[in-house]
Amino acid sequence: MTASSAPSPRPVRDVLPEGDELLGASELRFGYGRERVLDDVTLSVRAGEFVALVGPNGSGKSTLLRLLLGSLEPQSGESRLFGRPPATVRRRGRLGYVPQRPNLSSELPATVREIVSAGRLTDGRWWLPVSRADREEVDHAIASVGLTDLAGRPVNELSGGQQQRAFIARAFASEPSLLVLDEPIAGVDASSQRLFRDSLVHLIREHGAGVLLVSHELSAVADDVDRVIVLKRTVLFDGKPSDLAAEGVGSLGVHAEDLPIWLEQLT
Amino acid sequence: MISGLPLPYPFELAFMQRALVACVAVGMFAPTIGVFLVQKRLSLIGDGIGHVAFAGVGAGLLAGWAPLWTALAFAVGGSLGIEWFRSRRRTSGDVALAILFYSGIALGVVLISLGEGISANVLTYLFGQPLTVKPGGVWAIVLLGLGIVVAVMVLRRAMFSVVTDEEWSRVAGLPVGILNALLAVLTAVAVVAAMQIVGILLVAAMMVLPVASAQMLARSFRGSLVISVTIGVAVSVAGLAAARAWGLAPGGTIVLVAAGVFVVVAVTARAMSRGRGADEADV
Repeated sequence: MTASSAPSPRPVRDVLPEGDELLGASELRFGYGRERVLDDVTLSVRAGEFVALVGPNGSGKSTLLRLLLGSLEPQSGESRLFGRPPATVRRRGRLGYVPQRPNLSSELPATVREIVSAGRLTDGRWWLPVSRADREEVDHAIASVGLTDLAGRPVNELSGGQQQRAFIARAFASEPSLLVLDEPIAGVDASSQRLFRDSLVHLIREHGAGVLLVSHELSAVADDVDRVIVLKRTVLFDGKPSDLAAEGVGSLGVHAEDLPIWLEQLT
Repeated sequence: MISGLPLPYPFELAFMQRALVACVAVGMFAPTIGVFLVQKRLSLIGDGIGHVAFAGVGAGLLAGWAPLWTALAFAVGGSLGIEWFRSRRRTSGDVALAILFYSGIALGVVLISLGEGISANVLTYLFGQPLTVKPGGVWAIVLLGLGIVVAVMVLRRAMFSVVTDEEWSRVAGLPVGILNALLAVLTAVAVVAAMQIVGILLVAAMMVLPVASAQMLARSFRGSLVISVTIGVAVSVAGLAAARAWGLAPGGTIVLVAAGVFVVVAVTARAMSRGRGADEADV
C-alpha cells in the first residue's frame, strides 16, 4: 500500500466540540529530591488543536508527560486529563498514547496485528474476547499507517520506522479523542513521516481530536502545528509557530532543522 | 481412574499411565505461564518460588498436613511478595529473587530438620518422582493445571500487553498491578502443581526451555504459545518413556530432553539463518 492510498485513522467516538480542554496543567511543580524539575508549568491542549512540546534534553518533558498522564502526582499545582485529575480517569479509551520506542525483546515473535490489537483492550475490555468490531478497527488502524502488507510479520523483523508505525497504529486502534506522542518520529524514514503526518492531520481536522506531540524533530509536521510550547523547567514560550521567529528560530517550516540547536542553547 | 488403559510399552502399567497424565499436564501448563515470564525477563522466578514452596513442604511435613497445599500457600505468598518488591522497586529484581531463594530454602531445611529430617519423601519434592504419584495427586495436578490454562486463555491478550509494554498498558488504563499479581499467583500454582513431577529444583526448566525453543520457531506470540505447549507435552512424554526404558530419574530426564530439543532447534535455526544470509549475499 502506498502512502497516498492509506486510509486515515477513524475515531468513531463523537466528534468533539472544538475548544474543550483535553489535557492541562496549572502552576505545576515537581522535583526529585531537592532538584526542582518543573516549576510553575501551565499549559493546555484543546480539542482540534495540534500542539508541539519541545525542549532541550533534561528540560522536564518526560516528567511533565508522566504528570499529565497520571503516572506521577504533582507536588503542587494540578494536572488534568479530560478535566479530571489523571489518576482518577479509569476509562482511558479516549486517550491514545505512543511512548518512546518500547523496550521490545529482540526475540519477541509478536506480529504487527498482535501489537495493534492491544489498543482494543482499553475501557475495561481487557478480559473480553475479540469481537468483529475489534478486528475491523485493528485492520483499519494498521491500514492507516500503511502496514497492511506487513500485518502478519513479526515486529522484530521490521525496520525502526515500521515498528514505530505499528505503535502509532496501536494508539489509533482505541479510537482516541486525544493523542499523546513521545518522540514518535525519532529514527523514522521520510515516507513513514509523511504517513504519520497525514494520519495526525486527519485525526485533528476531521474528528476534532487534540494532539500533543513531544519531539525534537518537527520538520514533518511544521506546517500543521497550531501551537508550540517550549519547556525548560518552566514554559518559556507558548504560542503560534510563526511567533517563534521573534525568539530567533525562524519559521519552523523553513528552518525546522535549526530547532534542536536552538533548544540546546536555551538558558 | 487412569489405569488399565490398553496402552503399549512403556505406558502399559497403571503407575506409568498416572505418570503420563501428570507429565502431559505439566508439559501443557508450565510453558503456558513460561511464555509470559520469559518475555518479562523473569525466567528464574520459577526457581525462586520453588525454593519458597520447599519451605511450605517443610511446614506441611512438620505439621502433618498435605505438603501440596502448604507449599501452595507459601508459594502464593512468596510470589505476591516478590511482585510487591518488584513493582515498588524497593530493591533490584535479582536481589529480591536472591532473598527469596535463600530464605525459602533455609526455612525449608530448618522446618524439615525439626520434623522427619531429609527423607525419601523430601527428595521426591526436590527432584520429582512422577512414578509414585497417587490418583489423588494426579487429580490435583490436572485441576490446578486446568485452572492455569483457562485463566491464561481469558487473560492472555491483557497479559501479553503488560509483559511487552508495561508503561503503555498503565497509561491505557489496564489493571497492570492486578494482572502482574495474577501472573505471580499462576506461576506459584504452576510451580507447586509441577513439583511432584519434575521437582522443585527443576520446575523452572519446564517453564523456560520449551518457550526458549518455541521463540526460535514461532512467527507470532500466539504461535509461540502453541509451539511451547507442543514441545512441553512432547518432551514430557519422550522423557518419561526414556526414563522407563533406561531406568533413569524421570524428572531429570524430561528436563534433559527439553534441553536437547533447545540445542537442536538453536543449531538448526542458526544454520538456516546462515543459509539465508549466504543466499542473499549471492544475489
